[in-house]
Amino acid sequence: MLTSLKGAWRYRQFIATSIRHELVTRFARSRIGGAWMIIHPLSMVLIYALVLSAVLSAKLPGIESQYAYAIYLTAGMLGWSLFSEILNRCLGVFIENANLMKKLVFPKIALPVIITGSCLINNLALFMVILIVFALLGHFTPATLPWVLVLTGITVLLALGLGLILGVLNVFIRDIGQLMPIVLQFLFWFTPVVYPAEIVPASLQTLIAFNPLFHLIGAYHDVLAYGQPPSLTVLMALMLLGGGLVLVSALLFRKASPEMVDAL
Amino acid sequence: MSHSAANASARSVSATHASASKHALLEVRELGKAYRRYRNELARVVSWFTPIKPKDETWILRDINFDIAPGEAVGIVGQNGAGKSTLLKMITGTLRPTEGYIRTHGRIAAILELGMGFNGELSGRQNVLHSAGLMGFTHAQISEAMDDIEAFAEIGDYFDKPMRVYSSGMQMRVAFSVATAFRPQILIVDEALSVGDAYFQHKSFDRIREFQRQGTSLLIVSHDKAAIQSLCDRAILLEQGQILQDGLPQDIMDYYNALIAQKENARVEIKPLDSGQIQTQSGTGEASIVQVSLHAANSGAIDVVDVGQPVELRVTVAVHVDLPELVVGYKIKDRVGQDVFGTNTWHTHQIEKELVAGERLTYHMRFSANLGPGSYSVSLSLHSSDTHLTRNYQWIDHALVFQVVNMEKDFFLGSSWIMPIIDCEREAASRSEFNEST
Repeated sequence: MLTSLKGAWRYRQFIATSIRHELVTRFARSRIGGAWMIIHPLSMVLIYALVLSAVLSAKLPGIESQYAYAIYLTAGMLGWSLFSEILNRCLGVFIENANLMKKLVFPKIALPVIITGSCLINNLALFMVILIVFALLGHFTPATLPWVLVLTGITVLLALGLGLILGVLNVFIRDIGQLMPIVLQFLFWFTPVVYPAEIVPASLQTLIAFNPLFHLIGAYHDVLAYGQPPSLTVLMALMLLGGGLVLVSALLFRKASPEMVDAL
Repeated sequence: MSHSAANASARSVSATHASASKHALLEVRELGKAYRRYRNELARVVSWFTPIKPKDETWILRDINFDIAPGEAVGIVGQNGAGKSTLLKMITGTLRPTEGYIRTHGRIAAILELGMGFNGELSGRQNVLHSAGLMGFTHAQISEAMDDIEAFAEIGDYFDKPMRVYSSGMQMRVAFSVATAFRPQILIVDEALSVGDAYFQHKSFDRIREFQRQGTSLLIVSHDKAAIQSLCDRAILLEQGQILQDGLPQDIMDYYNALIAQKENARVEIKPLDSGQIQTQSGTGEASIVQVSLHAANSGAIDVVDVGQPVELRVTVAVHVDLPELVVGYKIKDRVGQDVFGTNTWHTHQIEKELVAGERLTYHMRFSANLGPGSYSVSLSLHSSDTHLTRNYQWIDHALVFQVVNMEKDFFLGSSWIMPIIDCEREAASRSEFNEST
């Protein structure tokens, strides 16, 4: 673990240019370039905020705004998009970099670090946009904003851990790559992102409580929508789970790596 | 190849062998690689944690042992599937050995993976930064080498333009420049170094030679006999995952050729050599060529020839029916099919007359191979009178393919070796002339 972290440090130049190149290529040859990084999340948030609020203007208990639903939705989206983006990219990370891994020697930890870096940049852009839109809508929760940092860390742990476990297995059992988008769809709808947690029937409440994302997204709602600090016990539990998943993924990678390139 | 050169390289090999055990840059011991198959992939995953047995395992390489000393150039030869690339991947470190180990002292660089991770949207400079980072260098180290890389690539303003507007040659120039920007202890070189145009090939070759002089060991993989013989002072022949022979390049290549000949059963029959060219045959078959081979003076068949080396083309003809006359012709063509030289025994006034069925004739055509480095083929014809158009007994294209390598001559271009004697006369500038011009 320590040696691989050292490897990542040694390859910081490669990691830095990889992240930058990803952004540069994404917007290469477009006229306004980096502005698209803001426009994409902005349009998404605006659609939720304006269109959905006009159609579904139901007030949510605890939020004093006619845009309550939109605020709730975007708060959850911030967490979900980070989670699903990291998870999806980790799932294919070894397969997509097969050529690199087959031909060059470098610390493999660089790959998830690159993913995390570029996903965090995307998420930061989304977060900025959300803050601006919330400000325009007159919704302020300054006291709980620093919590977003903690939640981001936990989300990264969970997504990286789960993503890398599946990513390693996906090299050998490619069905996992096919199955995951479906599972992720289910997960999305079993997590209160687009609907309030309260509308889940009581009989399902206990079941849905087993979904770690239920709690994670709940914490995002607390911090960004309701302006209240998240439950510390929940955060601790999620952090332990995330850390555990990362450790398991590291162990699995170590066991798999002698045969990994053979299977790529 | 002349005897003196052969002896010289023999000495250098024995010298490096003696020092190998002490200061080897690369030690390969008991190396083996097996691909394991399991009942299913789930069983493979389980096997990482429990002692579950694989269903079967295929050994790609086994019992590989060798050392490489500093500055040594070793060729790895073998047919497709002999395990060359698996061996190289284990040496570079991308594949893990199943058994045994590889110990390297110093950095390994490979010129196999030129341009890995290049991005068309980015400039040459940015790509250099990225790909040197991928080799593990820091920003400071790369910045320091950047001017050299730019100068060596010689692509001018293009260095700061997006790579998608590069020609493939320009891309290779940048890729080679960055791959060799830092001298590695071990350099793995693929197939005949075909990097860009002739000028750049020569330049990159010089750089590799310079590395070697400074102590870099070369590991050269090739099917190309010419490359192995002209570059290496030792060769290793791999066959079915094992080292069959380890020794002087000439000996190894002879052995390798014999191995292939045995496989193709091509000792007496004339077949198209595997150069990708199609052999055309025509003729009445009244007489036929039963054997054709190229020989160095007083030696066995060869197919690599040094520039200017005296050689002998030996052609055996069998006569099947009584013939009034027989003319044998041959033509040497270069790689792209241009005629380099051709003649026949009608032009040389050596027409054989009144031939009887069952007769055999062996022609010895001696000439000096004053040819430029490259691949050449020999076409043969049997006919009467001056051209093969009248009474064509047999005509064979690509009856023989041989390589010309430049082992000891100074560098030159082109398909012919026409060495000049250059004299230069210099006169001191005289004051009176200077005055006249002003």
